[in-house]
Amino acid sequence: MSEILVLVDHLDGAVRKPTIELLTIAGRLGEPSAVFIGNGYENAASTLGEYGAKKAYRVEGEGLNDYLVAPKAEALAQIVTDVSPGAVLIPSSAENKEIAARVAVKTGSGLITDAIDVQAGEGGAPVTQQSAFAASFTVTAKVTKGTPIITVKPNSANPEPVSGTAEPEVVPVPVTISEAAKGARVVERKPKEKTGRPDLTEAAIVVSGGRGTNGDFGPVEAFADALGAAVGASRAAVDAGWYPHSSQVGQTGKQVSPQLYIAAGISGAIQHRAGMQTSKTIVAINKDPEAPIFELVDFGVVGDLFTVLPQATEEAVKRKG
Amino acid sequence: MNIVVCVKYVPDAGADPRFASDNTTDRAGVDGLLSELDEYAVEEALKIVEQAGDGKVTVLTVGPDDATDAARKALQMGADEAYHVVDDAIHGTDALGTSTILAQAIKRLEYDIVLTGMASTDGTMGVVPAMLAERLGLPQVTLASELTVEGSTVRIRRDNDAASETVEATLPAVISVTDQINEPRYPSFKGIMAAKKKPLQTWSLADLEISADDVGQSAAWTAVEEIAARPPRQAGQIVTDEGDGGSKLVEFLAGAKLV
Repeated sequence: MSEILVLVDHLDGAVRKPTIELLTIAGRLGEPSAVFIGNGYENAASTLGEYGAKKAYRVEGEGLNDYLVAPKAEALAQIVTDVSPGAVLIPSSAENKEIAARVAVKTGSGLITDAIDVQAGEGGAPVTQQSAFAASFTVTAKVTKGTPIITVKPNSANPEPVSGTAEPEVVPVPVTISEAAKGARVVERKPKEKTGRPDLTEAAIVVSGGRGTNGDFGPVEAFADALGAAVGASRAAVDAGWYPHSSQVGQTGKQVSPQLYIAAGISGAIQHRAGMQTSKTIVAINKDPEAPIFELVDFGVVGDLFTVLPQATEEAVKRKG
Repeated sequence: MNIVVCVKYVPDAGADPRFASDNTTDRAGVDGLLSELDEYAVEEALKIVEQAGDGKVTVLTVGPDDATDAARKALQMGADEAYHVVDDAIHGTDALGTSTILAQAIKRLEYDIVLTGMASTDGTMGVVPAMLAERLGLPQVTLASELTVEGSTVRIRRDNDAASETVEATLPAVISVTDQINEPRYPSFKGIMAAKKKPLQTWSLADLEISADDVGQSAAWTAVEEIAARPPRQAGQIVTDEGDGGSKLVEFLAGAKLV
Protein backbone atom coordinates (compact mmCIF):
# COMPACT_ATOMS: atom_id res chain seq x y z
CA MET A 1 0.00 0.00 0.00
CA SER A 2 1.26 3.50 -0.83
CA GLU A 3 2.56 5.67 1.93
CA ILE A 4 0.80 9.06 1.97
CA LEU A 5 2.59 11.95 3.67
CA VAL A 6 0.55 14.51 5.64
CA LEU A 7 2.28 17.73 6.73
CA VAL A 8 1.20 18.50 10.31
CA ASP A 9 -0.03 22.01 11.13
CA HIS A 10 0.42 22.59 14.84
CA LEU A 11 1.17 25.09 17.57
CA ASP A 12 3.76 23.56 19.88
CA GLY A 13 2.32 20.13 19.22
CA ALA A 14 -1.37 21.08 19.45
CA VAL A 15 -2.54 19.61 16.14
CA ARG A 16 -4.94 21.83 14.18
CA LYS A 17 -8.21 20.41 12.90
CA PRO A 18 -7.44 20.55 9.14
CA THR A 19 -4.50 18.17 9.72
CA ILE A 20 -6.73 15.45 11.14
CA GLU A 21 -9.13 15.93 8.22
CA LEU A 22 -6.13 15.25 5.97
CA LEU A 23 -5.19 12.11 7.87
CA THR A 24 -8.68 10.81 7.14
CA ILE A 25 -8.30 11.70 3.46
CA ALA A 26 -4.84 10.07 3.41
CA GLY A 27 -6.46 6.89 4.71
CA ARG A 28 -8.51 6.72 1.50
CA LEU A 29 -5.38 6.82 -0.64
CA GLY A 30 -2.98 4.60 1.27
CA GLU A 31 -1.20 4.43 4.59
CA PRO A 32 -0.92 7.84 6.31
CA SER A 33 2.43 9.05 7.63
CA ALA A 34 2.66 12.38 9.44
CA VAL A 35 5.51 14.83 8.85
CA PHE A 36 6.08 16.83 12.02
CA ILE A 37 8.40 19.85 11.88
CA GLY A 38 9.24 21.77 15.04
CA ASN A 39 8.78 21.38 18.79
CA GLY A 40 6.11 19.70 20.85
CA TYR A 41 5.80 16.28 19.19
CA GLU A 42 4.96 14.66 22.57
CA ASN A 43 1.72 16.69 22.55
CA ALA A 44 0.82 15.57 19.03
CA ALA A 45 1.66 11.88 19.08
CA SER A 46 -1.59 10.45 20.41
CA THR A 47 -3.81 12.66 18.18
CA LEU A 48 -1.83 11.69 15.10
CA GLY A 49 -2.14 8.03 15.98
CA GLU A 50 -5.82 8.33 16.81
CA TYR A 51 -6.56 9.61 13.30
CA GLY A 52 -4.55 6.98 11.50
CA ALA A 53 -0.92 8.05 11.19
CA LYS A 54 1.16 4.86 11.21
CA LYS A 55 4.47 6.70 11.09
CA ALA A 56 5.62 10.15 12.09
CA TYR A 57 8.68 11.70 10.49
CA ARG A 58 10.07 14.01 13.13
CA VAL A 59 12.09 16.75 11.50
CA GLU A 60 14.57 18.37 13.81
CA GLY A 61 17.38 20.76 13.09
CA GLU A 62 18.87 24.09 13.99
CA GLY A 63 17.10 27.08 12.55
CA LEU A 64 14.01 25.46 11.01
CA ASN A 65 11.85 28.28 12.38
CA ASP A 66 14.43 31.04 11.96
CA TYR A 67 14.23 31.22 8.19
CA LEU A 68 11.08 31.65 6.14
CA VAL A 69 9.59 28.60 4.33
CA ALA A 70 12.72 27.42 2.49
CA PRO A 71 14.09 25.11 5.25
CA LYS A 72 10.73 23.37 5.72
CA ALA A 73 10.46 22.90 1.96
CA GLU A 74 13.96 21.43 1.86
CA ALA A 75 13.18 18.99 4.66
CA LEU A 76 9.87 17.86 3.14
CA ALA A 77 11.42 17.46 -0.33
CA GLN A 78 14.16 15.33 1.23
CA ILE A 79 11.58 13.02 2.80
CA VAL A 80 9.65 12.80 -0.50
CA THR A 81 12.84 11.76 -2.31
CA ASP A 82 13.77 9.20 0.35
CA VAL A 83 10.32 7.67 0.81
CA SER A 84 8.67 7.96 -2.66
CA PRO A 85 5.14 8.38 -1.26
CA GLY A 86 1.96 7.99 -3.28
CA ALA A 87 1.06 11.62 -2.53
CA VAL A 88 1.79 14.52 -0.21
CA LEU A 89 -1.20 16.21 1.46
CA ILE A 90 -0.74 19.66 2.98
CA PRO A 91 -3.34 21.80 4.79
CA SER A 92 -3.98 24.90 2.64
CA SER A 93 -2.73 28.16 4.08
CA ALA A 94 -0.70 30.93 2.48
CA GLU A 95 2.57 29.67 3.97
CA ASN A 96 1.84 26.00 3.35
CA LYS A 97 1.10 26.68 -0.31
CA GLU A 98 4.56 28.24 -0.57
CA ILE A 99 6.10 25.13 0.99
CA ALA A 100 4.10 22.95 -1.40
CA ALA A 101 5.20 25.10 -4.37
CA ARG A 102 8.90 24.76 -3.56
CA VAL A 103 8.60 21.02 -2.90
CA ALA A 104 6.90 20.63 -6.30
CA VAL A 105 9.77 22.42 -8.05
CA LYS A 106 12.44 20.53 -6.10
CA THR A 107 10.94 17.09 -6.71
CA GLY A 108 9.71 17.68 -10.29
CA SER A 109 6.11 17.08 -9.28
CA GLY A 110 2.72 18.44 -10.26
CA LEU A 111 0.91 20.67 -7.77
CA ILE A 112 -2.80 21.09 -7.01
CA THR A 113 -3.82 23.76 -4.49
CA ASP A 114 -6.98 24.38 -2.47
CA ALA A 115 -8.62 21.02 -3.12
CA ILE A 116 -12.06 20.69 -1.52
CA ASP A 117 -12.07 16.91 -1.89
CA VAL A 118 -9.60 14.14 -2.70
CA GLN A 119 -10.61 10.60 -3.59
CA ALA A 120 -8.77 7.56 -4.85
CA GLY A 121 -9.06 7.27 -8.62
CA GLU A 122 -7.70 4.73 -11.08
CA GLY A 123 -4.96 2.63 -9.57
CA GLY A 124 -5.32 4.52 -6.28
CA ALA A 125 -3.94 7.78 -7.70
CA PRO A 126 -5.54 10.82 -6.07
CA VAL A 127 -8.27 12.71 -7.94
CA THR A 128 -9.07 16.17 -6.64
CA GLN A 129 -12.00 18.58 -6.74
CA GLN A 130 -11.55 22.34 -6.65
CA SER A 131 -13.88 25.30 -6.68
CA ALA A 132 -13.19 27.93 -9.38
CA PHE A 133 -14.33 31.49 -10.13
CA ALA A 134 -16.13 32.31 -6.88
CA ALA A 135 -17.56 28.78 -6.75
CA SER A 136 -19.22 28.98 -10.17
CA PHE A 137 -17.44 25.82 -11.27
CA THR A 138 -16.23 22.55 -9.76
CA VAL A 139 -13.03 21.26 -11.37
CA THR A 140 -11.90 17.62 -11.26
CA ALA A 141 -8.16 17.17 -11.77
CA LYS A 142 -5.13 15.01 -11.14
CA VAL A 143 -1.36 15.28 -11.12
CA THR A 144 0.33 13.70 -14.12
CA LYS A 145 4.02 13.93 -13.20
CA GLY A 146 6.06 13.09 -10.15
CA THR A 147 4.57 12.78 -6.66
CA PRO A 148 1.14 14.44 -6.40
CA ILE A 149 1.53 17.46 -4.09
CA ILE A 150 -1.95 18.54 -2.99
CA THR A 151 -2.98 21.30 -0.60
CA VAL A 152 -6.44 20.82 0.87
CA LYS A 153 -8.80 23.44 2.31
CA PRO A 154 -10.18 23.21 5.85
CA ASN A 155 -13.66 21.69 6.23
CA SER A 156 -13.10 19.31 3.32
CA ALA A 157 -13.60 16.06 5.21
CA ASN A 158 -15.07 14.72 8.44
CA PRO A 159 -12.21 13.47 10.57
CA GLU A 160 -12.65 9.78 11.37
CA PRO A 161 -10.79 8.27 14.30
CA VAL A 162 -9.29 4.90 13.48
CA SER A 163 -10.02 2.25 16.09
CA GLY A 164 -7.32 0.41 17.95
CA THR A 165 -4.47 2.71 17.00
CA ALA A 166 -1.21 3.12 18.76
CA GLU A 167 1.01 6.14 18.60
CA PRO A 168 2.86 6.39 15.27
CA GLU A 169 6.26 4.81 14.80
CA VAL A 170 8.68 7.73 15.03
CA VAL A 171 11.28 8.15 12.29
CA PRO A 172 13.75 10.91 13.20
CA VAL A 173 14.82 13.04 10.24
CA PRO A 174 17.85 15.14 11.10
CA VAL A 175 18.29 18.01 8.65
CA THR A 176 21.03 20.48 7.94
CA ILE A 177 19.65 23.57 6.31
CA SER A 178 21.53 24.64 3.20
CA GLU A 179 22.95 28.16 2.97
CA ALA A 180 20.56 28.81 0.09
CA ALA A 181 17.60 28.25 2.41
CA LYS A 182 18.78 30.87 4.88
CA GLY A 183 18.07 33.88 2.67
CA ALA A 184 14.97 35.16 4.47
CA ARG A 185 15.61 35.56 8.21
CA VAL A 186 12.73 35.73 10.66
CA VAL A 187 14.00 38.33 13.11
CA GLU A 188 10.87 38.73 15.21
CA ARG A 189 7.65 36.89 15.84
CA LYS A 190 4.73 38.47 17.71
CA PRO A 191 2.05 35.91 18.54
CA LYS A 192 -1.49 37.14 17.91
CA GLU A 193 -3.81 37.52 20.86
CA LYS A 194 -6.25 34.68 21.13
CA THR A 195 -9.89 35.75 20.89
CA GLY A 196 -11.24 32.59 22.48
CA ARG A 197 -13.29 32.07 19.33
CA PRO A 198 -12.66 29.32 16.77
CA ASP A 199 -10.25 29.95 13.89
CA LEU A 200 -12.06 31.60 10.97
CA THR A 201 -11.07 29.16 8.24
CA GLU A 202 -11.71 26.08 10.42
CA ALA A 203 -14.93 27.10 12.20
CA ALA A 204 -18.18 25.26 11.59
CA ILE A 205 -20.14 28.51 11.94
CA VAL A 206 -19.10 32.03 10.90
CA VAL A 207 -20.99 35.25 11.64
CA SER A 208 -19.75 38.21 9.61
CA GLY A 209 -20.42 41.92 9.80
CA GLY A 210 -20.21 44.51 7.05
CA ARG A 211 -20.94 48.14 6.32
CA GLY A 212 -24.35 47.84 7.96
CA THR A 213 -22.74 47.52 11.39
CA ASN A 214 -21.53 51.10 11.12
CA GLY A 215 -18.49 50.14 13.14
CA ASP A 216 -20.35 48.46 15.99
CA PHE A 217 -19.64 44.73 15.88
CA GLY A 218 -21.26 44.16 19.29
CA PRO A 219 -24.42 42.43 18.00
CA VAL A 220 -22.36 40.34 15.54
CA GLU A 221 -19.97 39.19 18.27
CA ALA A 222 -22.77 38.44 20.72
CA PHE A 223 -24.59 36.25 18.19
CA ALA A 224 -21.33 34.53 17.24
CA ASP A 225 -20.65 33.74 20.88
CA ALA A 226 -24.16 32.37 21.37
CA LEU A 227 -23.48 29.99 18.47
CA GLY A 228 -19.84 29.24 19.33
CA ALA A 229 -18.90 30.77 16.00
CA ALA A 230 -15.95 32.64 14.50
CA VAL A 231 -16.38 36.31 13.57
CA GLY A 232 -15.68 37.51 10.04
CA ALA A 233 -15.76 40.92 8.39
CA SER A 234 -16.36 42.26 4.90
CA ARG A 235 -13.66 44.22 3.09
CA ALA A 236 -15.62 47.44 3.65
CA ALA A 237 -15.58 46.88 7.40
CA VAL A 238 -11.87 46.09 7.42
CA ASP A 239 -10.95 49.03 5.19
CA ALA A 240 -12.92 51.29 7.53
CA GLY A 241 -10.75 50.02 10.37
CA TRP A 242 -13.65 48.40 12.24
CA TYR A 243 -12.20 44.89 12.32
CA PRO A 244 -8.75 43.38 11.72
CA HIS A 245 -7.65 42.17 8.30
CA SER A 246 -7.14 38.68 9.66
CA SER A 247 -10.94 38.46 9.92
CA GLN A 248 -11.61 39.58 6.36
CA VAL A 249 -13.68 37.15 4.32
CA GLY A 250 -13.40 37.64 0.59
CA GLN A 251 -11.27 37.45 -2.51
CA THR A 252 -8.35 39.27 -0.90
CA GLY A 253 -8.98 37.88 2.57
CA LYS A 254 -9.88 34.41 3.73
CA GLN A 255 -12.00 31.95 1.83
CA VAL A 256 -14.23 29.99 4.19
CA SER A 257 -16.58 27.08 3.71
CA PRO A 258 -18.35 26.50 7.04
CA GLN A 259 -21.55 24.58 7.73
CA LEU A 260 -23.29 27.89 8.41
CA TYR A 261 -22.40 31.40 7.25
CA ILE A 262 -24.38 34.37 8.55
CA ALA A 263 -23.83 37.73 6.83
CA ALA A 264 -25.09 40.78 8.72
CA GLY A 265 -25.11 44.18 7.02
CA ILE A 266 -23.18 42.84 4.04
CA SER A 267 -24.43 43.64 0.54
CA GLY A 268 -22.81 40.61 -1.10
CA ALA A 269 -20.56 42.10 -3.77
CA ILE A 270 -18.54 39.60 -5.78
CA GLN A 271 -15.38 40.34 -3.77
CA HIS A 272 -17.16 39.01 -0.66
CA ARG A 273 -18.98 36.16 -2.37
CA ALA A 274 -15.67 34.76 -3.58
CA GLY A 275 -14.83 34.22 0.06
CA MET A 276 -17.93 32.37 1.29
CA GLN A 277 -20.01 31.11 -1.61
CA THR A 278 -19.31 27.43 -0.92
CA SER A 279 -20.69 27.57 2.63
CA LYS A 280 -23.23 24.79 3.16
CA THR A 281 -26.01 27.02 4.58
CA ILE A 282 -26.08 30.78 4.06
CA VAL A 283 -28.18 33.28 6.02
CA ALA A 284 -28.24 37.07 5.62
CA ILE A 285 -29.67 40.05 7.45
CA ASN A 286 -29.79 43.31 5.53
CA LYS A 287 -31.99 46.42 5.47
CA ASP A 288 -31.96 46.42 1.67
CA PRO A 289 -34.28 43.84 0.09
CA GLU A 290 -32.38 44.24 -3.21
CA ALA A 291 -28.99 43.38 -1.71
CA PRO A 292 -27.26 40.80 -3.96
CA ILE A 293 -26.52 38.63 -0.91
CA PHE A 294 -30.17 37.56 -0.84
CA GLU A 295 -29.60 35.69 -4.12
CA LEU A 296 -27.31 33.33 -2.26
CA VAL A 297 -29.21 32.66 0.94
CA ASP A 298 -31.10 29.68 2.25
CA PHE A 299 -32.80 32.06 4.67
CA GLY A 300 -32.82 35.86 4.75
CA VAL A 301 -34.23 38.57 6.96
CA VAL A 302 -34.89 42.01 5.53
CA GLY A 303 -34.39 44.15 8.58
CA ASP A 304 -32.03 46.04 10.85
CA LEU A 305 -29.27 43.86 12.28
CA PHE A 306 -29.38 45.96 15.46
CA THR A 307 -32.86 44.57 16.16
CA VAL A 308 -32.68 41.18 14.48
CA LEU A 309 -29.36 39.95 15.90
CA PRO A 310 -30.02 40.70 19.59
CA GLN A 311 -33.39 38.93 19.34
CA ALA A 312 -31.74 36.00 17.58
CA THR A 313 -29.01 35.91 20.23
CA GLU A 314 -31.61 35.75 23.03
CA GLU A 315 -33.46 32.93 21.27
CA ALA A 316 -30.28 30.98 20.60
CA VAL A 317 -29.19 31.29 24.24
CA LYS A 318 -32.64 30.17 25.42
CA ARG A 319 -32.50 27.06 23.24
CA LYS A 320 -29.06 26.14 24.49
CA GLY A 321 -30.43 26.76 27.97
CA MET B 1 17.50 50.44 -7.58
CA ASN B 2 16.00 48.40 -10.44
CA ILE B 3 12.80 46.46 -9.92
CA VAL B 4 11.10 43.88 -12.14
CA VAL B 5 7.38 43.64 -11.39
CA CYS B 6 5.60 40.52 -12.65
CA VAL B 7 1.95 41.14 -13.50
CA LYS B 8 -0.90 39.06 -14.85
CA TYR B 9 -3.76 39.75 -17.24
CA VAL B 10 -6.86 38.08 -15.78
CA PRO B 11 -10.56 37.76 -16.64
CA ASP B 12 -12.69 40.47 -15.04
CA ALA B 13 -14.37 38.80 -12.07
CA GLY B 14 -17.55 40.76 -12.72
CA ALA B 15 -17.68 39.69 -16.37
CA ASP B 16 -18.58 36.01 -15.90
CA PRO B 17 -15.22 34.28 -16.07
CA ARG B 18 -15.41 30.79 -17.52
CA PHE B 19 -13.52 27.93 -19.12
CA ALA B 20 -12.95 27.30 -22.80
CA SER B 21 -13.79 23.98 -24.46
CA ASP B 22 -10.27 22.65 -23.86
CA ASN B 23 -10.71 23.15 -20.10
CA THR B 24 -8.35 26.12 -19.94
CA THR B 25 -9.32 29.54 -18.57
CA ASP B 26 -11.08 31.47 -21.31
CA ARG B 27 -8.88 34.52 -21.73
CA ALA B 28 -10.01 35.48 -25.22
CA GLY B 29 -13.79 35.45 -24.91
CA VAL B 30 -13.95 37.31 -21.58
CA ASP B 31 -12.89 40.90 -20.91
CA GLY B 32 -9.62 41.06 -19.02
CA LEU B 33 -7.55 43.52 -17.05
CA LEU B 34 -4.48 43.92 -14.87
CA SER B 35 -5.06 41.70 -11.82
CA GLU B 36 -6.15 43.93 -8.96
CA LEU B 37 -3.61 42.43 -6.56
CA ASP B 38 -0.79 43.27 -9.00
CA GLU B 39 -1.63 46.99 -8.77
CA TYR B 40 -0.28 46.93 -5.22
CA ALA B 41 2.97 45.43 -6.52
CA VAL B 42 3.34 48.07 -9.24
CA GLU B 43 2.62 50.83 -6.71
CA GLU B 44 5.17 49.46 -4.24
CA ALA B 45 7.83 49.21 -6.94
CA LEU B 46 7.20 52.83 -7.94
CA LYS B 47 7.45 53.96 -4.31
CA ILE B 48 10.71 52.11 -3.69
CA VAL B 49 12.36 53.52 -6.80
CA GLU B 50 11.05 57.03 -6.06
CA GLN B 51 12.51 56.79 -2.58
CA ALA B 52 15.86 55.49 -3.88
CA GLY B 53 15.96 58.48 -6.22
CA ASP B 54 17.43 56.44 -9.02
CA GLY B 55 16.58 53.31 -10.99
CA LYS B 56 13.74 51.90 -13.03
CA VAL B 57 10.60 49.78 -12.82
CA THR B 58 10.34 47.10 -15.49
CA VAL B 59 7.02 45.31 -15.96
CA LEU B 60 6.99 41.68 -17.07
CA THR B 61 3.97 39.66 -18.09
CA VAL B 62 3.32 36.28 -19.71
CA GLY B 63 0.01 36.00 -21.50
CA PRO B 64 -1.97 36.06 -24.74
CA ASP B 65 -2.06 39.08 -27.08
CA ASP B 66 -4.46 41.08 -24.89
CA ALA B 67 -2.10 40.84 -21.95
CA THR B 68 -0.42 43.99 -23.27
CA ASP B 69 -3.37 45.80 -21.65
CA ALA B 70 -2.08 44.73 -18.24
CA ALA B 71 1.45 45.85 -19.04
CA ARG B 72 0.13 49.12 -20.42
CA LYS B 73 -1.84 49.91 -17.27
CA ALA B 74 1.34 49.46 -15.25
CA LEU B 75 3.20 51.82 -17.62
CA GLN B 76 0.39 54.35 -17.17
CA MET B 77 0.83 54.14 -13.40
CA GLY B 78 4.48 55.09 -13.91
CA ALA B 79 6.54 52.00 -14.76
CA ASP B 80 9.38 52.72 -17.21
CA GLU B 81 9.32 49.81 -19.63
CA ALA B 82 7.54 46.52 -20.23
CA TYR B 83 8.21 43.06 -21.57
CA HIS B 84 5.41 40.77 -22.74
CA VAL B 85 6.16 37.12 -23.33
CA VAL B 86 3.66 35.89 -25.87
CA ASP B 87 3.63 32.68 -27.88
CA ASP B 88 0.82 30.34 -29.01
CA ALA B 89 2.65 27.43 -27.42
CA ILE B 90 2.18 28.97 -23.96
CA HIS B 91 -1.58 28.34 -24.02
CA GLY B 92 -2.63 26.12 -21.10
CA THR B 93 0.66 26.37 -19.19
CA ASP B 94 0.45 25.50 -15.49
CA ALA B 95 1.96 27.52 -12.61
CA LEU B 96 5.18 25.50 -12.69
CA GLY B 97 5.59 26.29 -16.40
CA THR B 98 4.69 29.96 -15.90
CA SER B 99 7.36 30.29 -13.23
CA THR B 100 9.90 28.72 -15.61
CA ILE B 101 9.07 31.25 -18.34
CA LEU B 102 9.14 34.20 -15.92
CA ALA B 103 12.47 33.06 -14.46
CA GLN B 104 14.05 32.81 -17.91
CA ALA B 105 12.82 36.30 -18.76
CA ILE B 106 13.96 37.75 -15.43
CA LYS B 107 17.48 36.38 -15.95
CA ARG B 108 17.76 38.65 -19.00
CA LEU B 109 16.89 41.77 -17.01
CA GLU B 110 18.77 43.92 -14.50
CA TYR B 111 17.18 43.90 -11.07
CA ASP B 112 17.71 44.33 -7.35
CA ILE B 113 14.17 43.21 -6.58
CA VAL B 114 11.63 40.94 -8.28
CA LEU B 115 8.24 42.13 -7.03
CA THR B 116 4.84 40.46 -7.40
CA GLY B 117 1.34 40.54 -5.95
CA MET B 118 0.29 37.94 -3.38
CA ALA B 119 -1.72 35.80 -5.82
CA SER B 120 -3.57 36.12 -9.10
CA THR B 121 -7.29 36.84 -8.87
CA ASP B 122 -8.19 34.07 -11.34
CA GLY B 123 -6.08 31.04 -10.38
CA THR B 124 -5.69 32.28 -6.79
CA MET B 125 -2.91 29.78 -6.11
CA GLY B 126 -0.35 32.23 -4.67
CA VAL B 127 2.54 29.90 -5.57
CA VAL B 128 4.45 31.62 -8.39
CA PRO B 129 6.45 33.99 -6.10
CA ALA B 130 7.79 31.04 -4.06
CA MET B 131 8.56 29.12 -7.26
CA LEU B 132 10.45 32.14 -8.63
CA ALA B 133 12.55 32.33 -5.46
CA GLU B 134 13.31 28.62 -5.79
CA ARG B 135 14.20 28.82 -9.48
CA LEU B 136 16.25 32.02 -9.26
CA GLY B 137 18.01 30.97 -6.04
CA LEU B 138 16.95 34.19 -4.30
CA PRO B 139 15.60 34.86 -0.79
CA GLN B 140 11.80 34.51 -0.63
CA VAL B 141 10.34 37.54 1.17
CA THR B 142 6.65 37.14 0.54
CA LEU B 143 3.23 38.30 1.69
CA ALA B 144 4.49 41.65 2.93
CA SER B 145 1.93 43.97 4.52
CA GLU B 146 4.66 46.47 5.38
CA LEU B 147 8.02 46.91 3.67
CA THR B 148 11.16 49.01 4.02
CA VAL B 149 14.34 48.96 1.96
CA GLU B 150 17.49 50.26 3.60
CA GLY B 151 20.55 50.06 1.40
CA SER B 152 20.72 46.42 0.39
CA THR B 153 18.48 45.11 3.15
CA VAL B 154 14.75 44.62 2.83
CA ARG B 155 12.58 44.18 5.92
CA ILE B 156 8.92 43.18 5.84
CA ARG B 157 6.05 42.49 8.19
CA ARG B 158 4.21 39.31 7.32
CA ASP B 159 0.98 38.27 9.09
CA ASN B 160 -0.41 34.80 9.47
CA ASP B 161 -3.12 33.36 11.72
CA ALA B 162 -0.86 32.70 14.66
CA ALA B 163 1.58 35.57 14.58
CA SER B 164 3.03 38.65 12.94
CA GLU B 165 6.58 38.06 11.68
CA THR B 166 9.35 40.48 10.79
CA VAL B 167 11.47 39.02 7.98
CA GLU B 168 14.74 40.41 6.65
CA ALA B 169 16.85 39.61 3.62
CA THR B 170 19.78 40.94 1.66
CA LEU B 171 19.02 41.99 -1.90
CA PRO B 172 18.54 40.78 -4.57
CA ALA B 173 15.34 39.06 -3.47
CA VAL B 174 11.87 37.97 -4.60
CA ILE B 175 9.24 39.98 -2.75
CA SER B 176 5.45 39.71 -2.87
CA VAL B 177 3.06 42.24 -1.36
CA THR B 178 -0.51 41.96 -0.05
CA ASP B 179 -3.36 44.43 -0.55
CA GLN B 180 -2.58 45.87 2.88
CA ILE B 181 0.70 47.41 1.79
CA ASN B 182 -0.35 50.62 0.06
CA GLU B 183 -3.02 52.44 -1.96
CA PRO B 184 -2.31 52.05 -5.68
CA ARG B 185 -2.29 55.36 -7.56
CA TYR B 186 -4.71 56.05 -10.40
CA PRO B 187 -2.93 56.77 -13.68
CA SER B 188 -2.91 60.52 -14.24
CA PHE B 189 -3.70 61.98 -17.65
CA LYS B 190 -0.01 62.81 -18.00
CA GLY B 191 0.85 59.22 -17.10
CA ILE B 192 -1.56 57.82 -19.69
CA MET B 193 -0.04 60.02 -22.40
CA ALA B 194 3.53 59.28 -21.40
CA ALA B 195 2.87 55.53 -21.40
CA LYS B 196 2.27 55.59 -25.17
CA LYS B 197 5.94 56.37 -25.74
CA LYS B 198 7.38 53.89 -23.26
CA PRO B 199 9.10 50.77 -24.60
CA LEU B 200 6.91 47.63 -24.67
CA GLN B 201 8.83 44.69 -26.08
CA THR B 202 7.44 41.27 -26.91
CA TRP B 203 9.42 38.08 -26.44
CA SER B 204 8.63 34.66 -27.88
CA LEU B 205 9.64 31.35 -26.30
CA ALA B 206 12.48 31.15 -28.83
CA ASP B 207 13.75 34.55 -27.63
CA LEU B 208 13.98 33.05 -24.15
CA GLU B 209 15.52 29.79 -25.40
CA ILE B 210 12.59 27.78 -24.04
CA SER B 211 11.39 24.80 -26.05
CA ALA B 212 7.68 24.76 -26.88
CA ASP B 213 7.70 21.12 -25.71
CA ASP B 214 8.46 22.23 -22.16
CA VAL B 215 5.41 24.47 -21.70
CA GLY B 216 1.77 24.60 -22.73
CA GLN B 217 -1.15 22.35 -21.90
CA SER B 218 0.41 19.04 -22.93
CA ALA B 219 3.55 19.72 -20.91
CA ALA B 220 1.63 20.62 -17.76
CA TRP B 221 2.16 18.36 -14.75
CA THR B 222 -1.53 18.39 -13.88
CA ALA B 223 -4.56 17.61 -16.02
CA VAL B 224 -8.15 18.74 -15.68
CA GLU B 225 -10.50 15.82 -16.18
CA GLU B 226 -13.82 17.57 -15.92
CA ILE B 227 -15.35 20.96 -15.26
CA ALA B 228 -18.93 21.24 -14.06
CA ALA B 229 -20.88 24.46 -13.62
CA ARG B 230 -22.28 24.50 -10.11
CA PRO B 231 -26.05 24.37 -10.19
CA PRO B 232 -27.44 27.75 -9.10
CA ARG B 233 -28.54 27.79 -5.49
CA GLN B 234 -32.23 27.19 -4.90
CA ALA B 235 -33.98 30.43 -3.99
CA GLY B 236 -34.16 30.66 -0.23
CA GLN B 237 -36.86 31.85 2.11
CA ILE B 238 -36.81 35.61 2.76
CA VAL B 239 -38.84 37.20 5.55
CA THR B 240 -39.26 40.83 6.50
CA ASP B 241 -38.65 41.71 10.12
CA GLU B 242 -41.88 42.73 11.81
CA GLY B 243 -40.53 42.45 15.32
CA ASP B 244 -39.93 38.71 15.01
CA GLY B 245 -37.13 38.50 12.44
CA GLY B 246 -34.58 37.26 14.97
CA SER B 247 -36.86 34.55 16.29
CA LYS B 248 -37.70 33.38 12.78
CA LEU B 249 -33.98 33.21 12.01
CA VAL B 250 -33.30 30.95 14.96
CA GLU B 251 -36.38 28.87 14.15
CA PHE B 252 -34.88 28.25 10.71
CA LEU B 253 -31.51 27.33 12.20
CA ALA B 254 -33.14 24.99 14.69
CA GLY B 255 -35.10 23.33 11.89
CA ALA B 256 -31.85 22.76 10.02
CA LYS B 257 -30.27 21.43 13.24
CA LEU B 258 -27.70 24.21 13.19
CA VAL B 259 -28.48 25.50 16.69
